[in-house]
Amino acid sequence: MSGVRAGYVRPLDIRHGRVDLSHGAGGRAMAQLVEQLFAAAFANEWLAQRNDQALLPRPEGRIVMSTDCHVVSPLFFPGGDIGCLSVHGTINDVAMSGAQPLWLAAGFILEEGFPLADLQRIVDSMARAARDAGVPIVTGDTKVVEKGKGDGVFITTTGVGVVPAGVAISGDRARPGDRIVLSGTIGDHGMAVMSERESLAFGTDLVSDTAPLHGLVAAMVEAVPGLRALRDPTRGGLATTLNEIASQSAVGMTIDEAAVPVERQVEAACEFLGLDPLYVANEGKLVAIVPAADADRLLEVMRAHPLGRRAALIGEVTEDAHHFVQMRTRFGGKRIVDWLAGDQLPRIC
Amino acid sequence: MKYIDEFRDGELALGIAAAIAAEADPGRSYNLMEFCGGHTHAISRYGVTDLLPPAVRMIHGPGCPVCVLPIGRIDLAIRLALDQGVIVASYGDCLRVPASDNLSLLKAKARGGDVRMVYSPADALKIAAANPEREVVFLAIGFETTTPPTALVIKEAARTGATNFSVLCNHVLTPAAITNILESPEVRRLGTLPLDGFIGPAHVSTVIGSRPYEFFAEEYAKPVVIAGFEPLDVMQAILMLVRQINDGRAEVENEFTRAVTRDGNLKAQALVSDVFELRRSFEWRGLGMVPYSALRIREAYGAFDAERRFRLETRSVADNKACECGAILRGVKHPRDCKVFGTVCTPESPIGSCMVSSEGACAAYYSYGRFREIPIVAGAPA
Amino acid sequence: MCLAIPVRVVELGFDEMAIVDLDGIRKEVSLALVDGVGVGDYVILHVGYALARLDADEAERTLALFASAAREAA
Repeated sequence: MSGVRAGYVRPLDIRHGRVDLSHGAGGRAMAQLVEQLFAAAFANEWLAQRNDQALLPRPEGRIVMSTDCHVVSPLFFPGGDIGCLSVHGTINDVAMSGAQPLWLAAGFILEEGFPLADLQRIVDSMARAARDAGVPIVTGDTKVVEKGKGDGVFITTTGVGVVPAGVAISGDRARPGDRIVLSGTIGDHGMAVMSERESLAFGTDLVSDTAPLHGLVAAMVEAVPGLRALRDPTRGGLATTLNEIASQSAVGMTIDEAAVPVERQVEAACEFLGLDPLYVANEGKLVAIVPAADADRLLEVMRAHPLGRRAALIGEVTEDAHHFVQMRTRFGGKRIVDWLAGDQLPRIC
Repeated sequence: MKYIDEFRDGELALGIAAAIAAEADPGRSYNLMEFCGGHTHAISRYGVTDLLPPAVRMIHGPGCPVCVLPIGRIDLAIRLALDQGVIVASYGDCLRVPASDNLSLLKAKARGGDVRMVYSPADALKIAAANPEREVVFLAIGFETTTPPTALVIKEAARTGATNFSVLCNHVLTPAAITNILESPEVRRLGTLPLDGFIGPAHVSTVIGSRPYEFFAEEYAKPVVIAGFEPLDVMQAILMLVRQINDGRAEVENEFTRAVTRDGNLKAQALVSDVFELRRSFEWRGLGMVPYSALRIREAYGAFDAERRFRLETRSVADNKACECGAILRGVKHPRDCKVFGTVCTPESPIGSCMVSSEGACAAYYSYGRFREIPIVAGAPA
Repeated sequence: MCLAIPVRVVELGFDEMAIVDLDGIRKEVSLALVDGVGVGDYVILHVGYALARLDADEAERTLALFASAAREAA
């Protein structure tokens, strides 16, 4: 009797193994990676079918789709990692149209030599995030690039959702007189990530605010169907998002510095590095433009939700041919909150 | 934040603003120059100008070491990174400054140059220790505030025998900048200086003390008030200057007493004279060659001087002819007087030194002030 | 021209290093340029180095000056 065990495949060595080119080559090694790492973690009926695509029922309502590429460094930061970030980010992009997110797809580009233990951590984090949000990852792909050609791992997520009838939320719908509402404190994510960067590192309790906002959005849309616009201020911060909407809607804006909530540690960290919290990235906040008459109701609903406890009315939309976003400073003067010229860099001057 | 928030109090601001308005004579103008980039930033960021009466006019001088750093010096750093495989360590401020051949340090990094951002010169020395087979050059910039840390790091390098570490020194001196303004061609031409007083830099003064300004107050009969970093400090200093001008006094007053003394930081000063010596002259972008305005590393520490080690020769690179930075830095022209301001020259694509860093007069005006003068700039940039 | 902030010294270390704190943010910095700094003191911090000790009495005096200017004008 032969000593060969039929169908035996040595399990992935998650603890010490590393990604190598065979994992992206389409053969047995890749199938094993998909099965033992990805599919095992994401575990749902679509992935269980082992097809290259997911067959989905036609949803009721207008379909919304969004995609996001994630190249964050470091991969693991206080409060999160590239995995949950990629799930939250795309859920949020879909949700900013007022849509209910239904399904996610995830593509991975892995660098040769990337530790499998880290990949497992990331994938587990994604699985947890998807499960907690109630939005499954139904299909995906993975490729491997040579060492030096990737930053460990790049993740692209695509999301699909549906918008209920009667909802028309878009960045070009802001009108003079509308109010600007912010769901919570700004700068948490950017400064949490920065605290781990070599040379800039500082000791802090700050954690990223990465979170899926679709539950909050659903409550907001139900209470105020006349919402004009929603956007999550990620890279470039609140300032960039406001400028984007102002430009799209061809309006101006005025905000109150004193009304914008900022954690003390975020303010302090920004002081250290010479950064302005208005331009620092967020991953679990949103800006809403709402007709003045509905502002109070919206705030009430937001503050009742765990992700909107610090929601604040921060300003109003104005008539302005220049589409400037202006700010009344805490000090009593006025200044423009302009577009960013490239990423904000820590300064000494 | 203690010692920060109290000095940004809006209520007190209104109070001091009222005092300035009450004491400033509307029949004359008070042209006050501040040449600390931090002050430029504070004035713009907090909208201090909104709280001043029209008689008081703030002029931004050449107090931004990034703005006055000549393109030719950045070129040296870029070439070290690209041609000689040197690890170039730099403060964030310099990374995006456009230099020759459409390059910047950041763009050089994209082309394979090993350019690394550091928060402190100590980090540059750490990089050298961690990479013994590579040469590491620290791009040192800054006025007297930033020089003592560089001196310490050079001494530390000497102590530990770091043979792969050197500094490309661009440290410049504040009194020289002031003299340059007071002796500008416009002064000779007009016979008068369109400036009535100076707001002295905050942190430079913690190092050099208030004494060096006494010469200017006496020689040129202009009042100087050293102001702290926060907007209330600046406003109080403006009030003190208005009072001096009204009284016909020309003294050095210190508003920043919590950190500045007459002598300054003697320990830091001694360290700096140990490591550095005066250059006979140095090019300042926008101002041309300025005598006795900059420092170089002494022979005794020559092993850590990148200019000696790599036998560097600086090429002077002229700015665009339409650029008015020189006049703007000397306070005789306003950014809006410059033909290329806001059109060809913007923070995204700066032509001259005043637009290069967020503290340059033009950048500050563009980012914070231009909405007051509607004809300039329309719509958002692409 | 120089970004410097007042921070509180919370711990002294070896080689003239110290831990400073600003509203919960902590950083290890050098005290090599300033003598006689103790825990609880405030220093002006620039590029990782303390440049001067902040004189708390003078700070109070300055704030009082602001308030008096405001009162006089009223």
